[in-house]
Amino acid sequence: MRVVRPRPALLLALALLGTPLPAWAEPAKTDSVKTDSVKTDATKTGTGKAEGTLAQVKARGHLVCGVSPGVAGFSVPDGQGHWTGLDVDFCRALAAAIFDSPEAVRFIPQSSAARFTALQSGEIDVLARNTTWTLSRDTAAMNFPAITFYDGQGFLVRKALNIGAVKQLDRATICLQQGTTTELNLADWFRTRGLTYQVVTFANSEQTLGAYESGRCDAYSTDQSSLYGERLKTAHPDEHVILSEAISKEPFAPGVRQGDDQWRDIVAWTHYAMLDAEEAGIRQDNVEQMRREAPSPDARRILGLEGGYGERLGLTADWVARIVRHVGNYGDSFARNLGDGTPLKIPRGLNALWNQGGLQYGPPIR
Amino acid sequence: MAEPRVSSWRALVVQAALVLALAALAYFAATNAAQKLARQGIVAGFGFLERPAGFDIGQSPIPYAAATATYLDAFLVGLLNTLLVSALAIVLSTVLGFALGIARRSSNLLARSFAAAYVEGFRNLPLLLQLLVWYVAVRVALPAASDPAAWGGAYLSQRGLFLPRPDFSGLAALVPLAFAAGLFAMGLLLRMSRRAVALGRKPVPVLWPGALLGLGLPALAWAGLALAGHLVPVAWPARGPYDIAGGLALRPEFVALLVGLSTYSAAFIAEIVRSGLDSVPRGQREAAAALSLSGAQALRLVVLPQAMRVIVPPLTSQYLNTTKNSSLAVLIGYPDLVHVFMGTVLNQTNQAVEVVAITMGVYLSLSLATALLMNRYNARVAGGRP
Repeated sequence: MRVVRPRPALLLALALLGTPLPAWAEPAKTDSVKTDSVKTDATKTGTGKAEGTLAQVKARGHLVCGVSPGVAGFSVPDGQGHWTGLDVDFCRALAAAIFDSPEAVRFIPQSSAARFTALQSGEIDVLARNTTWTLSRDTAAMNFPAITFYDGQGFLVRKALNIGAVKQLDRATICLQQGTTTELNLADWFRTRGLTYQVVTFANSEQTLGAYESGRCDAYSTDQSSLYGERLKTAHPDEHVILSEAISKEPFAPGVRQGDDQWRDIVAWTHYAMLDAEEAGIRQDNVEQMRREAPSPDARRILGLEGGYGERLGLTADWVARIVRHVGNYGDSFARNLGDGTPLKIPRGLNALWNQGGLQYGPPIR
Repeated sequence: MAEPRVSSWRALVVQAALVLALAALAYFAATNAAQKLARQGIVAGFGFLERPAGFDIGQSPIPYAAATATYLDAFLVGLLNTLLVSALAIVLSTVLGFALGIARRSSNLLARSFAAAYVEGFRNLPLLLQLLVWYVAVRVALPAASDPAAWGGAYLSQRGLFLPRPDFSGLAALVPLAFAAGLFAMGLLLRMSRRAVALGRKPVPVLWPGALLGLGLPALAWAGLALAGHLVPVAWPARGPYDIAGGLALRPEFVALLVGLSTYSAAFIAEIVRSGLDSVPRGQREAAAALSLSGAQALRLVVLPQAMRVIVPPLTSQYLNTTKNSSLAVLIGYPDLVHVFMGTVLNQTNQAVEVVAITMGVYLSLSLATALLMNRYNARVAGGRP
């Protein structure tokens, strides 16, 4: 430490290296600022300079949507690179509302580590990737406009055990994938009820499922939506059952950048439109007939025959008709990707409409 | 004389430039990391170790409860699990490896061929594969948890091996103390025997009296306590709704890792021992025979002491490998340091730099400590060299 001579050279080197740092540190801000000047003719949204993303998307000619690299029923690419799933459908609905085409989307698979950076850096316009809406994420420079899927941490157990409730798993051995909130939820749940369990954790889901299936554990715990896919991977899916009870709240919501109220509204109302269409009985297979016959005032407003609500979002009057024509209502999408007609057979449960015992509630379009 | 001076001056400049470049790189990396972490709202430093961990760990040699544990406690559990499995694997692999290495130079054809087949089999298959075989294939062959095999209070199932566990606290601590005394007496016998040999007298018998002391003293203590009306309490495993509960549970993850590491490492140690035996000139063995020492005596008193000089340095490397290989635990779900700390704690705290640095520091310290001990031992073994 007593060597004094290299100091000037060191300082020079540091100065040289130091200069590019600020430029690297903020890679994406320029992107979103640049297009702020391109105004759309939206009548009114939020607080002024907020039309960025929609204008960008329109100028680009397609939507860029961050999805999961592969979760059965939510986002899966096929051999030709065609994506399907509930999250994928949500992005297609957005594209249908904007461009009248469900194909005007580019899907970019996001790892769970990179997803928030991709959104913040402007690489993607919307993140539809099984992301749980939490306060810390909401305050970390992003917004969650609407809950598209209500999930919760659940348990896969053998039917032969005859278990109906989670509390019957007292003193059981439970297999988990490590490093997720699953570990914390489980510890909290058992502790607060004075129950005990033996935990075995693995680094990935294949090992976890393998240990469960070979009899090392009595139960396998993770998000219920994933458990349905995991059950399909077992040798005899009908020998296993997913307990209906959930021990945590995992509301999945699409994510958008903060500070763009119009875009946030469009994303929220795309989901609500799919719910309102389902509630009004507007389905993919009857949307044209409904438009011709236009029975109820509700349906007339939803389909854009009255009121011009789509324009207020910066979209067209027939935005919901476009969504339902190309993608379907929420129930159509759920049935196609997750429901009884699919191998997953996920029950609607909390994701049923509010008037059918669920939590999915679309505010009125009026 | 001027020539080397110039070149040394040039070398100095080159070295200084290199050091500068490395320092600049380190500075750049550090500031860049600090900026990125700050942007993600991560506070650098080791304060996170005091925060509550909130997760459970399946196997722990010390009491650990998610309710009260901090990340530091989780770290300690991981560290102790690593130390436990590494230390046991080193002991077991040494015993097995020496037996196999000696068997490879045995006059018995069966022992020789078995040892050769063992070494070639275990040494030439990837350790990861072997661990998976022990964990997956062997476990599946065991009885299901609902129908465990039972012998005299012990149970075996896919969930592990469950043994009665004596509670050696209070007065019962006399039993382990008696065991320690027995070991100490055995050490004394060994020393007496060595001195006798050095003085040219007949060696004092060690093995049988030693075993008698080591096992007899604790048995006596146990019986004495029982006669005095103080039975050593024993926790017996019992069947629960899903699993065996109570007693001492050896979980499949631990057993598979211990067995996998020991058997794999033993193959390498066998080769090290064989090469050590081969390094002792044939004449030594013949001379021992001429002194009418038996084969076993010749091995123990003449050949092995000389072979140890060749054996110990590579044995040290093998011990270091065993400790480092124990981190493969992460693939079979044994909660070692890497599994608990680099897996769960890193994921929950996002303190990647600190967690990785601590983990690397631990393995480095363990390896350096092992090497230090073995080098001391080596100095003693090699010290007798004429």
